[in-house]
Amino acid sequence: MTATADVTAALQSKFSQVTPRPSGDHPAINLPASEVLAVLKYLRDELAYDFLVDITAVDWGVEATPRFTVIWHLLSTTDHQYVRLAMDCASNSEPVAPTATGLWPAANWHERETYDLLGVKFAEHPDLRRILMWDGYPYHPLRKDFPLAGIEVPLPDIEVADLTGASAKPAPMMGGPFVASTGEMNLTDAEPRAKDESWTEFREKPASE
Amino acid sequence: MVTANTELAYNTKIEGDIVVTKADAVINWLRSSSVWPMPMGLACCAIELMGAAAARFDIARFGAEVFRFSPRQADCMIVAGTVTYKMAPHVRRIYDQMAEPKWVIAMGACASSGGMYRSYATLQGVDQIVPVDVYISGCPPRPEALLDALIKLQSKIGAERSAKTLFASA
Repeated sequence: MTATADVTAALQSKFSQVTPRPSGDHPAINLPASEVLAVLKYLRDELAYDFLVDITAVDWGVEATPRFTVIWHLLSTTDHQYVRLAMDCASNSEPVAPTATGLWPAANWHERETYDLLGVKFAEHPDLRRILMWDGYPYHPLRKDFPLAGIEVPLPDIEVADLTGASAKPAPMMGGPFVASTGEMNLTDAEPRAKDESWTEFREKPASE
Repeated sequence: MVTANTELAYNTKIEGDIVVTKADAVINWLRSSSVWPMPMGLACCAIELMGAAAARFDIARFGAEVFRFSPRQADCMIVAGTVTYKMAPHVRRIYDQMAEPKWVIAMGACASSGGMYRSYATLQGVDQIVPVDVYISGCPPRPEALLDALIKLQSKIGAERSAKTLFASA
């Protein structure tokens, strides 16, 4: 049982709806939701892709259709080959994907994270709770329509919120986000800093010409 | 009263086992010399906190070596690291569980102001949920900076009117 050199061709001969996906690094395929579990199982049991590296998703933007694409990364620990699976979600408002928890227990937390941050629901997941943000948090922060600074919501504990008067407020960006510069420069110039320091929360952004 | 005693300083042979002083001075001396920290280690600052407690820097020189992981036994919460909004209520609850008198040191940029985490997930300064006595700059601060903060806290404790609150009728 070894990972085949041409995993895309091997999958295409077995699964009719699998198509190759443009990729800058590892072999990648597109596939419909109905075939995800069968392909994952075939990759694990027949092609020796035994290690689930990551499950995540992409939000292509509020206007895009399909808006959400779920990504699986597998690794063959015997042949040191990666493969990437991509599945477009049918619904833009209620994206759903099948759960891989039956194949890899590790999928549990990956799927909870994807649900937490991007709002992709994994059907028949045994315990689909948020994993990073607190229970009851109303947004999915990695969606494109969620601002980096955040949206004001009450603290997770009502008692503490009443006692302190604090709430989860939008963070002051002060001309940010703060990003490092790349290229040939000394390390001081490469330090992360706001790209546009002409405005802050307290001084309005100058109107562009 | 006329007396033959010319001693100006305290002398046990004359006065017996009695020392006369101010209650504030004694109470504050006791409190500031045995600040038991509650290590609220939430990120990399906690590593420097451990460094301050270890042999090279030795926080025991300032009477604060008794790190207590129970808030009931601690006097000073050292918030060492990034406080997320998810963690913030728990920090406040642990602070509430500490017995009076109690103090808070905000160690490092994150605890003081949110630091580099200007994001939806991070509390922008622990002073929004607990009263902070001493802030330490740095990312992370060196152990010397923590020791400096401890000395500043000790001098702050030394200036408190402790007896007033201690003997005041509730």
